[in-house]
Amino acid sequence: MKMKRGLKLLALVGVLSLVIAACGGGEGGETTTTAGEAETTTSAAGEETTTSAAGETTTAPAEGLGTIEVAAGDPIKIASLQSISGETASLGTDQVRAIEIAITDKAEVLGHPIELAFNEDDGCSSEGGQTGSTRIIADPQVVAVIGTSCSGAGVPASNVITSAGRVLISGSNTSPVLTSDLAGNASAEYHDGYFRTAHNDAIQGAAAAKFVFEELGLTQVATINDGDPYTQGLTGAFEAPFEELGGTIVISTAVTADQTDMRSVLTEVAAAGAELIFFPIFQPAGDFIAEQALEVAGLEETVLMGADGLLSDTYVTLPQTEDMYFSGPQTPTTDAYAEFVTKYTEAYGEAPIQSFHAHSYDATNMVFTAIEEAATDDGSGNLTIDLQAFRDALGSMTHEGLTGSLSCDDFGDCASPNIDIVQNTADQADIEAVRGNVLISYSREDLGL
Amino acid sequence: MTQAATVETRPARRASRITPVSVFLWALRIAILAIILYGSYLSISSGRLSAAQWRDLFVFGISTGSMYALIALGYTMVYGVLRFINFAHGEVFMVGAMMAFYVANALAVTPLWTSSPAVSLLIVLVAAMFTSTAIAVIIERIAYRPLRGAPRLIPLITSIGASFTIQYLVRGLVGPATKSFPRMEPLRGTFEFGGFVILKTQLVVIVAALVMMGGLYLFVEKTRTGKSMRAVAEDPETAALMGINVDRTIVNVFAIGGAMAGVAGALWGLVFPSINFFSGFLPGIKAFTSAVLGGIGNIVGAMLGGVSLGIFESVGPSLVLAGYEIPAFSQLKDVVAYAALVLVLIFRPTGILGERLAQERT
Amino acid sequence: MVLVAATGMVATFQPRLVIDPIVPLGILFLYLLAFAFGWMAGQPPATLEGYEPATAGSRNVLAGALAGLLGGLCLGLLLIAITVFDLRGVFINMSPELAEILGFGLPVAAAVFVIAVASAFMGALGAGVHLLSRRVRRALIGALTAVIVFSVLTDLFGQLFAGLSLEPVIDFLYTGRGGALTIIGSVVIFGAFIVLFWWMEGRDSTLRQRVQAMPKGQRSRWQIGAALIILVILYFVPRIMGPFVSQILVTAGIYLLMALGLNIVVGYAGLLDLGYVAFFAVGAYTTAILTSPQSPAFNPEISVLASLPFVMVAAAIAGILVATPVIRMRGDYLAIVTLGFGEIARILLNSEWLAPVFGGAQGITNIPDLQIGPLTFSTPQDYFYPIFLFVLLAAYVTFALQKSRWGRAWMAMREDESVAEAMGVNIVTAKLSAFVVGAILASFGGSLFAAQIGSVFPHTFDIVVSITVLVIIIVGGMGSVPGVTLGALVLIVLPNLLREFSEYQFLFYGVLLIVMMLKRPEGFIPSKRRAQELHTEELSQDAWLEIYGEKGQAEQVPEGAV
Repeated sequence: MKMKRGLKLLALVGVLSLVIAACGGGEGGETTTTAGEAETTTSAAGEETTTSAAGETTTAPAEGLGTIEVAAGDPIKIASLQSISGETASLGTDQVRAIEIAITDKAEVLGHPIELAFNEDDGCSSEGGQTGSTRIIADPQVVAVIGTSCSGAGVPASNVITSAGRVLISGSNTSPVLTSDLAGNASAEYHDGYFRTAHNDAIQGAAAAKFVFEELGLTQVATINDGDPYTQGLTGAFEAPFEELGGTIVISTAVTADQTDMRSVLTEVAAAGAELIFFPIFQPAGDFIAEQALEVAGLEETVLMGADGLLSDTYVTLPQTEDMYFSGPQTPTTDAYAEFVTKYTEAYGEAPIQSFHAHSYDATNMVFTAIEEAATDDGSGNLTIDLQAFRDALGSMTHEGLTGSLSCDDFGDCASPNIDIVQNTADQADIEAVRGNVLISYSREDLGL
Repeated sequence: MTQAATVETRPARRASRITPVSVFLWALRIAILAIILYGSYLSISSGRLSAAQWRDLFVFGISTGSMYALIALGYTMVYGVLRFINFAHGEVFMVGAMMAFYVANALAVTPLWTSSPAVSLLIVLVAAMFTSTAIAVIIERIAYRPLRGAPRLIPLITSIGASFTIQYLVRGLVGPATKSFPRMEPLRGTFEFGGFVILKTQLVVIVAALVMMGGLYLFVEKTRTGKSMRAVAEDPETAALMGINVDRTIVNVFAIGGAMAGVAGALWGLVFPSINFFSGFLPGIKAFTSAVLGGIGNIVGAMLGGVSLGIFESVGPSLVLAGYEIPAFSQLKDVVAYAALVLVLIFRPTGILGERLAQERT
Repeated sequence: MVLVAATGMVATFQPRLVIDPIVPLGILFLYLLAFAFGWMAGQPPATLEGYEPATAGSRNVLAGALAGLLGGLCLGLLLIAITVFDLRGVFINMSPELAEILGFGLPVAAAVFVIAVASAFMGALGAGVHLLSRRVRRALIGALTAVIVFSVLTDLFGQLFAGLSLEPVIDFLYTGRGGALTIIGSVVIFGAFIVLFWWMEGRDSTLRQRVQAMPKGQRSRWQIGAALIILVILYFVPRIMGPFVSQILVTAGIYLLMALGLNIVVGYAGLLDLGYVAFFAVGAYTTAILTSPQSPAFNPEISVLASLPFVMVAAAIAGILVATPVIRMRGDYLAIVTLGFGEIARILLNSEWLAPVFGGAQGITNIPDLQIGPLTFSTPQDYFYPIFLFVLLAAYVTFALQKSRWGRAWMAMREDESVAEAMGVNIVTAKLSAFVVGAILASFGGSLFAAQIGSVFPHTFDIVVSITVLVIIIVGGMGSVPGVTLGALVLIVLPNLLREFSEYQFLFYGVLLIVMMLKRPEGFIPSKRRAQELHTEELSQDAWLEIYGEKGQAEQVPEGAV
C-alpha cells in the first residue's frame, strides 16, 4: 500500500516535470504562433490607455505574420465558420450560401481556383467558435475565415484566428465588443486581423433613438430585450443616445427568448407610462409582445418598434404588427443585388432567408481582392501570400459591394451602413414591401459617428 | 401501520434534538418569509399597479395554472402508482401540442374552421389527446416496464433519456423551427359577466380544464378501473393478490396522464400560439412543481398546486421582485417557479394536501 | 429505420463516404440497423443459469430475415409515401433527395423490392452471426468495426499519420487527408484486424491476467513501466495531434474533470444532481471576475493561477448552499430541486439584475491565459498539460476518497440512508462533503474552461451540460474512474470529430441513456462494488435485472459451450 502511494507521487512529479518541459518547448515552438501571441498581449496590455492601444496594435506586428505558399494549380483555401445547426441555423446557412455564390462568381484568383476548405459550425456559442476556429487554423493553407454568425462565437474565434496570423471577416457580427465603440476607443476583444462588413450595433441604436426622439417626437420609451447578447447590446445602444438626446427610458426590462406570457411585463410597461416600446428581439417572443400588447389595458395608444430580427415575412403578416416601426440595415436595391438574389434563388430553391447574405458576399469578395493585392507570383504560377500585406490590403481597400461602399476603420468596422427606419402599414402585403417602405434613412455621418 | 408509527414518532425525536441543519433551515425559512412579505409591502404601497391590473395578473395566472394542473395530473398519478418521476411527461405534452398544431393547421384551410369552430376545436383536442396517450403508453412499454422494481434512480435516469430522445426525435422529424398556431377568430376578444372581464381563450382554457379534471375525479373515484388504480397505488402486491392486473392498471395510468397532457397541449396552442420541440421542458418542470406543491400522488392536490403555481408565477415577480426595484424582473419569472419548488420542499414537503413523501426514506 | 430516415439522419450522413466510392455512411447506417434487428431476432432464447444455450440453427436465421424484411417493408412504405405525397410540410426531412438515396435512384417499385430484399438479407446476416463460433464471430465483427472506425474517424487518423510524418500511409488508405477509405485501404484494414482479433481470441489468458499472476516485485516493475510508457505517449500526444485534436482533448478533459466530480456525488454518494452545471459556472465566473479587466463590478485582475484558491472557496460555498436545503430530501426530489438550482444559476447570470456583476448576456471577455511562473499557456496544445494534471489529481482524489472514511460513509449512504444513519454515519456531513468535493472539481473545470476560451457567456451553462456529464458517468460506469474516463473520451471526442452531425448528438445521448439503463445499468467499465450491488438485487426477486443477469451469465459460459 505504502509503496503504491509513493509510486503515484513519483508519477505525479514526473508528469509535472514533463509539463514544464513541454511548455518550455512550446514557448519557442512554432514561429507564427509566437508572433501572434506577442501581438495579443500588446492589445491586452494596452487596456487602460485605450486610445494609444489602437496605434500600438496596428503597428506592433511589424516582424510579419509569415506567408502562405500556393503551388501552381493548387487552390487558394478559405473557410467559413457559421452557425449552421440548431435554432440559429438559418442565420449561418444564408451566409454560407452567399459565400458559395461569391466563390462561383469569382471562379479564380490570380489563376488559382478557390476552395471553401471548411464549412464549420460556430454553434452560436463561445465553445463552438473556439473549437471551430481551432479546426480551421490547423490547416496552414487557409488564408481567411468568413464568420462568425454570432458575436458570442466571434470573441474566441477572433483571438484564435488572428493569433495564427490569419484573418476573420464577418458578415453578421454586430457587437461593439469585437471592434470599437465608434468613438475611437478599441474594445478589449478587438484583435488586429478582425474585420466585419455588418454594421456596429452602436449605429443602429443611435439611428433608432434619433428617429424616435426627433421624428416621432416621443420622449417616454420602454425597452425590452430577450437576454440574447444581440438584443441586449442593441437596447443598450439605443438607451444611451436616447437619453443624451433628452428622452427618458421609463423602463428597461427583459423577457426570456422562450417566454410565452408577456402580460406581466406589458402590465409593468403600461404602469410605467411608456409612449413607445422598443423591442429589438426575435420570433416567437416578438409575436407574443405584439399580440398581447393589444390585450393589456393602458397600451392601446403605445407605439411598437422592433428591429431587423423581426423583419421577416411571418412577422409582418401578423395583423397585430400593423403600424409597427422597424429599424434595420438598408436593403440593397441595386441591380447587382437583384442579380445576386436571382442566382441565390436558382441555386437553393428559395429566396434569401435572412438579412446578412449580402454582407457575407461582400466580405468574401473583399478577401479575394485583398489576396490579389497582397500575393506575389514567382512567374511560374506559384503564389506567395504575405499575411501582413494581406491584412493591410483589407484594411486600406475601398470595396464597392452589394451593401454599398465598404472601407475599414482602424478597428475592423468596414461597413458604412445606412440604417433604414421602415413601417408596416395596411398597404404592405409582404416583407419586401415593408422593407421598401422606408420612412427615413440615417448614415453614419448623420449620426455623428 | 408501521408507517403511521414512524410519522408519529419522528417529530418528537426531531424536536428533542436541535441540529445545526434545522437551525439553519429555520433561519432560512424566516428570512425568506421576511423578504417576501417586505417585498410585497413595498410593491403594494408604491401603488404602481391598479387593482384592475392586479386582478388581470391573477386571471392570467389561473389560466396558465390550469394547464399546469392538467399536465401535473400525469406526474402525480404516475408517482402515486409507481413512486417515480416521469421526467418525459413534459415531452408527452409537447407531442400533443405538436399534433394539435398540425391538425389545426390542416383544418384552418377548410371551411369547417370558420363555420363551426367548436367542432374543429374538438377535433384538435381529440387528436392531441390520442397522440399523447399513444406516446405515453409507448414510453411505458419500452422504457419503464422492464425496469419495474429497479433501484429508484434507474427509471428516473431512463426517463431523462426518454425525454431527450423524444425532444430530438421530434426535432429531427419536424425541424427546429418554431411553429405558429392558426388563429381562431371567435375566440378573440374578451368576455364580460358582472363587470368581470376575461379573455375568451382564458375562459375556454379554464372551463376545459375544470371539465377534464372533474371527469377524471369521478372516473378515479367511481369506476372499476379507477378503483383498481387506487388499489395499486396503495399496495401493488396486495392489489395483485386481489386479482387486479397491475401491468394493465399501470398502462391505464399512463394513458390517462397522457390524455390530460394532450388536452393541455391543445389548450396551450390556443393561449400561446407557438410551439417548438423544446416547448415541453419548462411546462413539464413547472407541472411537476405543481404536483409537489399540491401534494404528490393527490389528484385534487395537483389541481390546486397548478393553479397556485400559475398565480405565483404571474403575480410573484410583480409583487415581490418589483418591490425591491429589481430591473427586468420578469426575466426572473422562471426563478420564481423554481424557487417556489425549493421553498415548498423546505417549508412543507407534503405539499398542500399530500402525504409526507419527500422525506420518506424508502 | 423509418424514424432514422425520417429524422434526416440518412440524408445528413450520406455525403460522408465510408469506402470510396461504394459505401456511403447513410445507407450503411440504415442497413446496419437491419443487421441489428436480425441479430436481436435471431438471438437464441435466454437460458437459465448454468445451462448451455440452445444451439442456434436455421430457425434463427429465418427469424432474423423476417425482422429485416419487416424493417425493409416499412422503409419501402416510407419511400412510397415520399414519392406519392409531398410530406415536407410536416416532416421537413422527407425530401426528394431522401427518396433518391433510399431508392438507389431506381423506380419506386423496383426500389421497394430491392430495399426489402437487402434488409431481409442484412437481417439474416445479423441472425446468422449467432451460428458462427465465438472466435470467428468476434474477429469478423471486430474487423468490420475497425473499418468503420477508421473511416468515420478519418480526421483523427489523418492527423495521427500526418503528425507522425507518415503521409504515405494516408495516401494509401484514404482518398486524401480527411477523405474516405479507398477500397484497397479498407480491405487492408479489414484483413489486418481480422488477424489481430483472431490472434487475441486465440490466446488463453489476457495480458492483465498474466501481469496479475506475476510475483509481486515483478508486477510493480511492470506497472511502473507501463505507467511511464503511457506518460511518454501522453507527452507527445498534443504535438502529434495538432491544435484541433488537442482542442477536443482539452474539452474532453474539462468534461472529464466534471464527470469525476459528479461521479463522487452520484456514483459514490448516490445523490442525483441535475444542476451540476451550476458549479461549473461558479468556477468559470469566479475566474472571469477575478482575472478579467472587463469584469464589470470588481476587477482585481489577478492571474488565473491565483484565482484558483478563490474558485475553490466559492465552489465550496456554492456546494454547501445547494446541499443544505436538500439534505432531508430523497433521491428523485433532490434531482428536480438541483435541476432547479442549475437553471436558477443560469437565469441569474443572464439577468439584467445581476448584469453589473456578471455582465449579463454580454458575458465577461478578455480573460487572460493561464500562467505558471514564466510559462504562458495559450494554444490548445499548451492547455493539454495542465488539464491532464488536474484530471490526474481528480482521479487521485477520487481513488483516495473511495477508501477513506468519507468514501465508505458515502457508499453506505447510497445503499441505504436509514441503515447508514443507524450505523453511525453522519448523513449531514456525508451529503455536504460529497456536494462540496464534487463542486470543487467541477469549478476547476470551469476555471480552466474560462481561461482557455478567454470569455464566458451565460448561454454556455445550459442544462444540457449537466445531462452530458450524467451520460458520461452512466455510460462509462458509475463509481468507476476508468469507466468515466472512457465515457468522456467517447462521448466528447466523438461528437466533436463528427461535428457535421452535431444535430443528432442529443438524440444519440437520449437513446444511449435508455439502452444503458435497460441493458447495462452499471456502465461499460463498472466499478466492482456497484456491479455487485446491482447484482445482489438481481438475485432477489427483481424481474428486470434477471434479463441482464442471464446475459451476464451467458457471457461467462466457458468457450467450449458453444
